[in-house]
Formats: sequence, C-alpha cells, structure tokens
Amino acid sequence: MTWLACASFGFAAQPAPLSQDQLAKAIKTDALTIPTPGELFAALEKPGKPDWAGQYRTPIPMTYRNRAQIALNLGGLIGDGFIAVEAQDSQQVKNIGTDIIKLAKALGVSENVLARGNSINEFAENSEWDALHEELEATQNEVKASMQSHQDQDLVILVSLGGWIRGTQAVSASVIKNYDEQSARVLRQPAVVSFIHSRIDDISMDLRSEPLVKSVNEQLAGIEKLVAFQSGKGPTLDEVKKLNEAVTKLMDEIQRKEDAK
Amino acid sequence: MKWRVLLVAGAAVIATAALAWAETDEEVEAHKQVLDLTGAFTNDGFKLRDGHWAGQIKPKDRAVIAVNLYSGNQYWFSVAAANDKAKKIAVDVYDESGKPMTTESYAEGERASAGFSPTTSGQYFVAVSLVEGEPSTVCLVYSYK
Repeated sequence: MTWLACASFGFAAQPAPLSQDQLAKAIKTDALTIPTPGELFAALEKPGKPDWAGQYRTPIPMTYRNRAQIALNLGGLIGDGFIAVEAQDSQQVKNIGTDIIKLAKALGVSENVLARGNSINEFAENSEWDALHEELEATQNEVKASMQSHQDQDLVILVSLGGWIRGTQAVSASVIKNYDEQSARVLRQPAVVSFIHSRIDDISMDLRSEPLVKSVNEQLAGIEKLVAFQSGKGPTLDEVKKLNEAVTKLMDEIQRKEDAK
Repeated sequence: MKWRVLLVAGAAVIATAALAWAETDEEVEAHKQVLDLTGAFTNDGFKLRDGHWAGQIKPKDRAVIAVNLYSGNQYWFSVAAANDKAKKIAVDVYDESGKPMTTESYAEGERASAGFSPTTSGQYFVAVSLVEGEPSTVCLVYSYK
C-alpha cells in the first residue's frame, strides 16, 4: 500500500493502436493466455451467486491408465475444485483435492504437488476460500511444471483443456438454468479455443493420434464456432444450449473409463 | 490477510525456484518485485493469477502478451523490473483489434499497473513498454475480482 500511496495515479493517455503485425506476433502462454475456471466463475457471479452445488458431477474413475486421459481429467477435476470453492463446500473441496492428488500420483508428478493436497485440506478446513482459489491454480501449475521436468510437456495443454471444458460446461449449464443475455456474454471466448487448438496441433504425432486426443481435437473446431459470438452481443438461450451439449459430450468422452488403454 | 499475501508470494517464489532451469536470476528478481507490488490489490479482494510472463525489453520497445478476459470482472495488470536500470515502465491494454483501452493507471519508476474492466468478453493484449532506461528484465502478472 505504501507504494500505491507514493505512486502517480490517474487514467492513462491512450497510446497508438497495435498493428496487425504486432497482434500476430503477440506472446501467448499457457500460464496467462488461458484463463482459470475461477476467473470465468467470478465473472458469472457478478449479477448474483449461481447454484454452484447444482453443477457438481458424480465422482469420476481414478483408474485411468492412458496418460493423455489422466491429464484431461486432472484439468477437469481442478475445474470441479473451483466449483466446490464457489459453493463454499469444505467437504467437497477436500474430496476433490484427494482425487486431484490420486490422478497426479498416477502421472508420477513431484512431491511438491502431493504436498499441495495437505494445503487444500487445511484451507478447506478453515474455510479460506480466496486462498483455495490460489492454491488450486498453484496446484495446476505445479502439475504442469512437474510434467515439463519429466519430459511430459505435451500433456500440459491437455490439463488446461480439461479445466476449460469443465468450466465452460458448468457455466453454460448455470446460464441455461437462469438465462439472461448479460450473463451469457461470459461464454464468448473464441481466442481461448483457437489457442488450445493450435497448441494441440504442436504436440507429438504419437499423442495427437491417440483416439481420445484426436476426437477431442476434432470436436474443438466445432466448439470454437459455438463460442464465437458477435462482440457486444450475448448468445441466445438456444446457442448456449448447443454449446452446453457440445462440451458435455466432450466431457463424457474424456471421463469414460472404456477409453483408457 | 497479510499472511496470505506472504504465503502466495512464497509459494510463487518456490515454484519459480523449481523452474530455475528455465528462468534467469533477473527474471526471478523481477517476479519477486511484481509480487510485492500486487500485494496491495490482493488486500482489496483481487485474486492473483499464479502464472506470469518474464522477459527482457529494450528502450522504446514493448512486449505484447495475449490474455482472455471476461466482462463483469475487474483486472489489474502489474509489471516490475528486476532493478532500477529501468527508469520508467508503462502498461497498456488493447482490445482484439489492437485499439487502446482506457485504463486506470499507477506508475512509479520501474513499477507500473493498469486497471481495466472489460465490457466485452474475449481476447485482449497487454503491452509492456520501457519508456526510459537501459534494457531491463521485467515480469508481468495480473489480478482479478
């Protein structure tokens, strides 16, 4: 606060616009360009708190053997963790925290990630909801860092993708329950899908050829169109329903046990 | 609240140390500096993203980073340099077509922040410029509520 008290404050003079070349060359990183489910949920909560507990799903299997499927489901579970935090449900946060650690162990991630499980439990026990937001994102980043150091960098984008799909599924379902155009506007995010899609195109051919990854990547092209609403105009209820159907189908495929090798 | 800011900053520095193979000492220092700056926003209910971007910028040059923001949220983009070789830093926000957005701003030498509340969800660009000073390593983070 001391710094803010001494600093100059005001509204910035507007600089010159960015050129098309500058936009094209902009830096895109997994850590900043893809928003967390928590950011999406925060935006949806502005008009009024949705029924977050109504967005819980039944526990998913913990016995996947396919690493790509584990990575996608790990991202989905982190999305579930954010939902439970928004619902301020300590027990649900602890249950999901336990599942996150189980799946992380299956990927052979570092001890640092496993220690996060204890922090999640502790914050949930003490109803430290803001701290839990940060802990969930930190856990996700720790998993990704561990993947990178274990030569599993191709799986990193799948964790982000799993979280994005689960977050979009929960938000679109919530918008459908109590539709208003203003709330529905948070679903406009074509650049996120386009970025994820381009990152998947960069992963190894072996991983991209796996049936689940191939199917998810193909469906993303359709989902990109479903979230590309006109700027300044929210999607209609029918458009939100179509999006919810598409991401629910994808989520079902990701969590289906038969897909595990 | 202060303990939580320290905890998050500590966790971020530990995570940075874990990735030390990928980051220079100056990037780690710039990250520490910017976390110190964002403590004020955290106390005001803003949640800090755990991710960051760090890199070197030259005088009159700028780094442009793509972000995706949601209408209804408020954001603060903060940047700090690793040392005082940077005399003046600026942070600006642009929409998906490259048009500059009106932002609330704080600036003091090698640290700066821009506050922005989008009315449309979608892609935006954050530009970090070194207005005055020698080539410097800087780090960008953002907070939201």
